[in-house]
Amino acid sequence: MGQVYKIAVVGSGPAGLSAAVHAAKLGLPHVLLEKTDHLSDTIYKYQRGKYVMATPDVLVLRSDTSFQAGTREEILGVWDNECEFHQTNVQLNADVQKITGEKGNFTIQTAAGDTILAEHVILAIGTQGNPNTMRCPGGDMPFIQYQLDDPKEYFDENIVVVGGGDAGIENALGLADDPGQGNNVTLLQRSDGFPRSKPANVALLESAKAQGKLDFLTGTTPVKVEPGVLTVETPDGQADLPVDRIIARLGSAPPRKFVESIGIEFGGPDRDALPVLSEVFESSVPGVFVVGALAGYPLIKHCTNQGYDVVEFINGNTELKPADEPILRDIFDGLPGEYEVSDWLEILRNKVDIFKDVSVLQLREFMLESTMHYKKKGEVVFERNALGDSLFAVVGGTVNVEINPADTSIVVPLGDGEIFGEIGLISGRRRGATIRAGAPSILVEMPARAAKKLIATTPAVKRAVDDIATERQIKQIFGNDISPEWIDRLKATAELLQLKAGETIIQEGDVSTDVFIIRSGSVIVEKNIGGKEIFLSYVAAGAFIGEMALFEEGKRTATVRTTIKSEVIKLPGDIFSAMMDERPMIRKRIEETIAARREVNSFIESQKSGFGSVVDLYSSVANFLLEEGLGEATDALLIDESLCVGCDNCEVACAETHLGISRLDREAGKTYANIHVPTSCRHCEHPHCMGDCPPDAIRRAPDGEVFINETCIGCGNCQRNCPYGVIQMDRVPPKKPGLLQWLLFGAGPGPGQADKAWVNKVATEAEKTGMKVAVKCDMCKGIKGGPACVRACPTGAAIRVSPEQYLNVAQRKGSV
Amino acid sequence: MARTKPNRKTHRDDAQHVSFLRHRNFRYLKLAMLISIVAIIAYFFVDPTPRHNGGTWYGYTLGTIGAGLIVWLTLLGIRKRAITQGAWSLKAWTSAHVYLGLSLLVIATLHTGFQFGWNVHTLAYTLMMIVIISGAFGIYFYSNVPRMMSENRADNTQQEMIAELNAIDAQLEDAARPLSAQYVSEVQRAINDTKITGGLFTRLSGRVNKCASMRALSRLRAVTEGSTTSVDEAGEDLGSVISILDRKSVMLNRVRRHIRYKTLLELWLYVHVPFTIFLLGALTAHILSVFFYW
Ligand SMILES: Cc1cc2nc3c(=O)[nH]c(=O)nc-3n(C[C@H](O)[C@H](O)[C@H](O)COP(=O)(O)OP(=O)(O)OC[C@H]3O[C@@H](n4cnc5c(N)ncnc54)[C@H](O)[C@@H]3O)c2cc1C
Ligand code: HEM
Ligand code: SF4
Ligand code: SF4
Ligand code: SF4
Repeated sequence: MGQVYKIAVVGSGPAGLSAAVHAAKLGLPHVLLEKTDHLSDTIYKYQRGKYVMATPDVLVLRSDTSFQAGTREEILGVWDNECEFHQTNVQLNADVQKITGEKGNFTIQTAAGDTILAEHVILAIGTQGNPNTMRCPGGDMPFIQYQLDDPKEYFDENIVVVGGGDAGIENALGLADDPGQGNNVTLLQRSDGFPRSKPANVALLESAKAQGKLDFLTGTTPVKVEPGVLTVETPDGQADLPVDRIIARLGSAPPRKFVESIGIEFGGPDRDALPVLSEVFESSVPGVFVVGALAGYPLIKHCTNQGYDVVEFINGNTELKPADEPILRDIFDGLPGEYEVSDWLEILRNKVDIFKDVSVLQLREFMLESTMHYKKKGEVVFERNALGDSLFAVVGGTVNVEINPADTSIVVPLGDGEIFGEIGLISGRRRGATIRAGAPSILVEMPARAAKKLIATTPAVKRAVDDIATERQIKQIFGNDISPEWIDRLKATAELLQLKAGETIIQEGDVSTDVFIIRSGSVIVEKNIGGKEIFLSYVAAGAFIGEMALFEEGKRTATVRTTIKSEVIKLPGDIFSAMMDERPMIRKRIEETIAARREVNSFIESQKSGFGSVVDLYSSVANFLLEEGLGEATDALLIDESLCVGCDNCEVACAETHLGISRLDREAGKTYANIHVPTSCRHCEHPHCMGDCPPDAIRRAPDGEVFINETCIGCGNCQRNCPYGVIQMDRVPPKKPGLLQWLLFGAGPGPGQADKAWVNKVATEAEKTGMKVAVKCDMCKGIKGGPACVRACPTGAAIRVSPEQYLNVAQRKGSV
Repeated sequence: MARTKPNRKTHRDDAQHVSFLRHRNFRYLKLAMLISIVAIIAYFFVDPTPRHNGGTWYGYTLGTIGAGLIVWLTLLGIRKRAITQGAWSLKAWTSAHVYLGLSLLVIATLHTGFQFGWNVHTLAYTLMMIVIISGAFGIYFYSNVPRMMSENRADNTQQEMIAELNAIDAQLEDAARPLSAQYVSEVQRAINDTKITGGLFTRLSGRVNKCASMRALSRLRAVTEGSTTSVDEAGEDLGSVISILDRKSVMLNRVRRHIRYKTLLELWLYVHVPFTIFLLGALTAHILSVFFYW
């Protein structure tokens, strides 16, 4: 044992590095511990030559490590130099495994068996976690690697990729793509299929196997690794595979377990939960500080600033205002009252219930993404049927909810601290009512992603929001005639079910009168006619189902199952009956819904005898479309291939209206009974692509369009997360000569996406090497006339529809 | 509960696939019929002196309408490519193009007053007829080919089909290695001379004469079938080469059919568009000559 450092920094990403360099500059005794043999492993692992963005622009950089937008190599080079220049004390290959002790006296142990003593610990280990390793005998052979930087580097090798997740599949495809490399690639997958991978990736893998480019073995696990040979257990017994290199992609274990082992508490059990931190980044273990991505700040600039700040705090600086102070000041600017940022944060925490349990630090972050509104009396906050998914809270004043669109004088007032907009947030559907300020009001609006994070990280918030949402959903569906007592009774018995895709909620023939509210996701209703499941209708979130049995002696007349992962509220049938008996208005309302549904059912039954095959075909088309992800779509491009002449004018139109890059691939995608689902965004209810976007660049516009704004940093996360493979990473091509010049003089490549050869010839060096950004369909947001692909189709083959319009309208007409 | 669709006005039809021929319940067919019937009735009721021709006021009226129509019909080529903002739909344009284009059969014919000769006027008329007739072929192909093309390609794109052919070739090369030299060279030729398609007639026929792969397939088949004893080298190797060649021929046929369909859908445009240009030239000459040499 030796010296006791004042500060030990664990992890040398932008956050940890900045902290260590600042400590070095201040002359504090310090050490920087890094697991790998180089600094900043997350950035080190970016793709070669990747252009790294320095967003948000408004945030000033406050650190002794410099950072500006540039290539991965430039940034890593600068940091290496600065680290050396400030004589930072770095220990590489120091994988920290255990931290014990208390403030002033921590003991840090590394995998190599070293022990380091420190008064304070700064934990900056990011969120990448540790890759899971091969556990079988020989799992430590030197030719096993857990990362593949450049698949083009390997030639004439026997390579086995272990793990059939997306990463494994992408690696295997990359290695086998060019037969010229002469690699013999085999992928091993433990389960029988590839249930967790993107269908697009699985399709590529299968086609590569069919083309003889590679092989994969399912239901297969590695048993033993020896030089040159990998023994595997297959469903048909053991087999030996020749092997020169093993690439294991077994996923990674998030760092949470390690962090909790130190004693640090998290905000909740949710996967997205963050460590609970004080205003100065101190965790629930005094003396241990958490900064960077692990603290919930996913951008490099945030990380760098926090590294600096936390060392200042430890060094006794209590005056320091966080670097985001000016941004927050701007957010609160223009509101009545002469308050400082810190005053506003206190007001928010005191007034708004859901902020009560939120730390000031967390609140600062939420506020960075949020907007403050000051509304005059009578001003509209949002309109009924607008598609929005942000969450609002009243900080001061009142807003009126116009619950009856026919008579706007009937309102429900909401006062200080109450929230609204939560149904749009949960269901991803349209706003149920217009909201107007009833008095001059101060409101806070949190975008969906921030609000969801808040809900996920603080269980108290989740409970509060769930409760309010259930209550309001009951009101919205059954009308406001329902009295508070009944709401309380319904709420007390309501059960929230989390269902996977394809689960049955109601089984035809069963006896039960429970009623279900679809809170998120969607369901389909089917009826068994003549031994076949016949599709009756598609029901989206925000509606209820199961009420028919109340009028049919409790017998279920159809089967209902989820099309995608859904949340459903179950209300017991007996309470429901009692309520209807007492409240004739509610009975009437429900009877109306039933009349409409009966009509559909009897229509289908009548069709069945006449043109049975039409109804059959219709059912199978409906199932096909739901398999293709339409169950979670709000708007999808469908092409009728009996009309499509393959002119690709749809792609031309898309490229012409979208910076020269087509966001749809007409020919790719599956087809059934002439209905083709091309590769194009479905504008999912809960877009998978949004989840992991560091700058939060993927947004939902008021009309429901999911789009990517200009803050995209090109990290490619959304491309990996979209299950339908509709996002591409690309550079904006140079500008083309105009249409007339092309028509008259043949100048340029003509309408549509320019071919590579032309781009390579014309593009400037900057255009050729610029950063690739994520591009996807934005449903022609802001373009008058709507989707260009549809308008430009000469034959009527291409339409953009919401699944319920398509499925339910086509059915009524009895045509597919 | 149905949500309204954002960012566009909704028409009942927009949520379904409706062909350009049936657009808005045959709106433009009805318009074209109306124009044609009015023109025919007027033809018999108007009594021009000395007789019907382009020079009467009736002839002028039809001539102006006809020329206007032709110019407008030509503009479809621009409309298709100028992707401007606004509520236009190319489907509506195509629908109107087809039916109003066909109404030219009546309008232009009546405009001539059935006076034909060896002159620029009749030339313009003939060119117009060629454009219209080629358009009619277009409609025929547009109505029949897409379904066949869709079924033939199943879920594959053309690129995927060609990639698959290359992969089959790689397998062929491997599988043929153990065979004796004479067969190897046959298979090599099948690999090296893969001609997916050729000139126009080859494309249209969907077949390739002297396709090296088909020939290799039939020759190797003959070897296994012809003799029971002379398959001295591993019959199994030959068998697997044959089955790969078989797969290749199925795939080749599929790509060739795909290309045949694509050609059918485009070919008529190679008459329709150039003749439109010639027509515009002849039409200009026709109008100028009428005004200058009247
Ligand atoms: C592909 C991709 C592209 C991105 N592009 C951008 C961009 O353009 N601009 C931008 O601002 N952000 C970008 N980001 C986000 C950004 O890279 C991260 O948010 C940032 O690196 C987080 O910094 P950090 O210091 O918190 O942690 P990390 O950078 O993750 O660093 C953690 C370090 O700790 C080490 N470590 C982990 N565990 C231990 C342990 N037990 N003992 C010792 N050391 C340990 C790791 O090896 C690593 O070096 C991108 C992210 C990805 C994945
Ligand atoms: C004199 C009359 C006509 C003229 C000048 C004319 C001209 C044109 C032009 C310039 C195009 C654009 C081609 C392109 O850019 O791809 C076109 C397309 C077309 N025309 Fe005509 N046309 C005429 C009559 C007709 C008739 C009578 C029919 C049908 C019976 C017809 C059917 C079509 C069709 C189907 C298209 C293709 C639309 C598409 O795929 O975009 N045309 N025509
Ligand atoms: S890009 Fe996003 S919204 Fe579009 S299909 Fe993919 S996950 Fe859904
Ligand atoms: S809706 Fe617009 S952005 Fe989307 S695919 Fe069609 S043309 Fe492209
Ligand atoms: S524009 Fe219409 S007809 Fe042409 S390729 Fe696209 S969907 Fe097919």
